[in-house]
Amino acid sequence: MTDSSAALNNLLIMCLAFTSGFIIMSIELLGGRILAPYFGSSIFVWGSIITVFMLSLSLGYLIGGKLSLRAPSLKQHGFFFIVAAFLLLPLILFGNELMEAVFLVIEDPRYGSLVVSLLLFFLPTTVLGMIAPYSVRLLVIDTHRSGHVAGTLYFISTLGSALGTLATSFYLVLWFEVNQILISMGVILLAAGFLAIYSSDTFHENKRTLEAVS
Amino acid sequence: MSLLYRQGFLLLTLFLISLPVQAQLGVRQIHQERSLYRNIIVTEDSSRRCMRFTITRRNGQNQSCRFLENPERLVFPYAKMTLSSLLVQDDPQRILIIGLGGGTLPEVYHRLFPEAEIIISEIDEAVLTVAEDYFDFEETEQIKVDIGDARVYIKRAGLRGEKFDLVIVDAFNGEYIPEHLMTEEFLEEVKMLLPEDGMVVANTFSGSRLYDAESQTYHNVYGEMINLQMPDTGNRIIIASMQELPTRGELRERAEHWRERLRPFGMDVSDYVPNMSTEVDWNTDERPLTDQYSPANLLND
Repeated sequence: MTDSSAALNNLLIMCLAFTSGFIIMSIELLGGRILAPYFGSSIFVWGSIITVFMLSLSLGYLIGGKLSLRAPSLKQHGFFFIVAAFLLLPLILFGNELMEAVFLVIEDPRYGSLVVSLLLFFLPTTVLGMIAPYSVRLLVIDTHRSGHVAGTLYFISTLGSALGTLATSFYLVLWFEVNQILISMGVILLAAGFLAIYSSDTFHENKRTLEAVS
Repeated sequence: MSLLYRQGFLLLTLFLISLPVQAQLGVRQIHQERSLYRNIIVTEDSSRRCMRFTITRRNGQNQSCRFLENPERLVFPYAKMTLSSLLVQDDPQRILIIGLGGGTLPEVYHRLFPEAEIIISEIDEAVLTVAEDYFDFEETEQIKVDIGDARVYIKRAGLRGEKFDLVIVDAFNGEYIPEHLMTEEFLEEVKMLLPEDGMVVANTFSGSRLYDAESQTYHNVYGEMINLQMPDTGNRIIIASMQELPTRGELRERAEHWRERLRPFGMDVSDYVPNMSTEVDWNTDERPLTDQYSPANLLND
């Protein structure tokens, strides 16, 4: 592997981490807006949303870390993005129907909002959470530098989260409908996923070519 | 996240601004209560006592005030403007009020219609406590408060098939009306609660780009409506009815009838008739507010 292709590779992984951080917080912020018509904007609605996001992320970190033990690849990394994109579909397509069903069954808006948050956000956020630890594995070359790599990655993905929060709450909701934003997020995730898979192929090709030359 | 940010921001603003406000001549802060949603402050000067939500501007924004000497006289123009909607529909027997504040409106309507059942939907329990402790508000057989989000209350009331002759939308969070209480879907849910002669009265503001969006949204759901704006106030009252709206002549006639009954509240209701207009005076190209698109507070510059 040449130095420049490795650097390019690392840059891509950082960009992907930024994107996932951005999208996680953008969706979380829209969550409040999505739930308000059925459960209001009481403090416990935010409580439910934040709880579910934290829970899914923590689980995602665990699974992502575990998966990185076995033959980690950029290809699989890209696959997470594509899965996450598809897991956003229920939120976009059946969000209202689902909330209505829960609204009718559960009287208490605290548990109603918690259940709906679980149904709508748990799976996509868990998968998005897998990306960070998996990225660390793809970036780390020697254990000596692992802390530095992890730190840089947290920096990039959390910076993405900050900007995702800001962009969504300041501007995106002013320009677009909630579903338009969600669909865009899905498209960006798909694009990111395919980019990772494509790069993984060319990366392997380069590697093979290099090996053949030597 | 946004809550943490808001609270931090609130504390900082409070710290920076509390000194000059307290030094304002004669205005004393007599109570402060921190709720889940905001800081509630009760102030008093020589003539009136007020409930205030946040202090974001120099003088803060009073939610509710009343005179110490003649508590039945209304302090705020918007409350009088709201009352003038009685010229459109004059015998509400079941009333839903969104937003309690100091309990001014429920008390006035109770005084006018002692038999009517009045339900108030208020999100913040602390507002109820302060209204009871400092504004003599009392829950009775006739006046009941439901603590919770109004959107949820209205959805459930609709499912139960409940009807209200009058729905007053008077919800403020210190900044503006909460976004989810301004959308077409919300207004449709309110409409479900109205009987054939039902009426919705919304307390909003004139000015800002939101005026257009808000008007367009109400118009989309209720069709022709009465817009009431008075000179020298930033308030605007929207009156929408399930019935055909009365003509100006009819309004004038009814004002004669109501004049004396409303005088104790410190108003001459006939003053309001000339400013009641069904004219479309907003930009109809403005995007209406929906659950999908409701950047209400961002439009309110």
